[in-house]
Amino acid sequence: MELQKKRRWYQAVAAVAFNAYLPGFFKGGIYRGTPKGLCVPVFNCYSCPSALGACPIGSLQNAMASVRLNLSLARRQFGLYVIGFLGVVGSAVGRLPCGWICPFGFFQELLFKIPSPKFGVPRVLRYFKYVFLAVLTILLPLLVLDALGGGEPWFCKWVCPAGTLEAGIPLALLNTSIRGQLGLLFAWKTAVLAGFLVWMVFVMRPFCRTTCPLGAILGLFNKISLWRMTVDEETCTLCGKCQKECPVGISVNETPNSPDCIRCLKCEKVCPFGSIGHEFPGRKPRASAAPSPQEVHP
Amino acid sequence: MKRRLPFILLAVSLLFMVLGLVSGDFRAVLEKAKTVCLECIGIG
Repeated sequence: MELQKKRRWYQAVAAVAFNAYLPGFFKGGIYRGTPKGLCVPVFNCYSCPSALGACPIGSLQNAMASVRLNLSLARRQFGLYVIGFLGVVGSAVGRLPCGWICPFGFFQELLFKIPSPKFGVPRVLRYFKYVFLAVLTILLPLLVLDALGGGEPWFCKWVCPAGTLEAGIPLALLNTSIRGQLGLLFAWKTAVLAGFLVWMVFVMRPFCRTTCPLGAILGLFNKISLWRMTVDEETCTLCGKCQKECPVGISVNETPNSPDCIRCLKCEKVCPFGSIGHEFPGRKPRASAAPSPQEVHP
Repeated sequence: MKRRLPFILLAVSLLFMVLGLVSGDFRAVLEKAKTVCLECIGIG
């Protein structure tokens, strides 16, 4: 099967697999079984009625929000499980899950298929995801405490459009008691979601590129992860086809393991010389079977 | 060293996970995940 078609299947199957608790949509509630404590390596709200696992970013914020309370109560819970989980995924494959199994990434790619003028993302906006990670995901939950000594998940509360789309709107529609409690915050979050939805039609994966704290964390591992992109400098002619095809606009020949790379492997497919590939310890570097420059231009 | 780094990070991360599991982090994540997150859905 052609690689990108295969990727579509992975994305679709993963979206269903991470959200397989369909009774949630009939009951207007969420799944509460023990597996819900397992983090998933993708951006998927754990309050979605069908979600089977825990969102690592929501879990990280809640861990940060309770660190000081736990310290004061002499509990030894500092979020090591979530931090370790992110470290395992990052050091093994970097942002590979973003390109292959993230339901919210898949959703953005589908919206981008709507015919319209297409635009890029200004370079400076790419750094915003680190601000969202450092400030809203770690620092504010850790530092701003209520009277009881607990913090809040600031990113979930004020920004996360996935929470509104996957949890807020479905639960508001399905559950009358939740619907009765909605107010200004829900209106704000719906406006943020609407802004992102429009942006997603004109720009490929704008949330992943500018906002996603999970992408920011996993991207930091891209340069050192076990699974890595490779470029054969001897056969690369700097033709630029890879950058033109790259959904996140990376100069692949210069920075094949850029923190922004979602490892979708489109560049590997379009390289006319098979110069781009990927490697994993124990497996030989793999590249598309393409002719060398000498064969193309003898 | 650069080749060993991901293995070292992986080992440290696994150690963190185990320490987290032993100290009750999993239970804390589960408790939060099985409760409707009011912040996520916009109630606050």
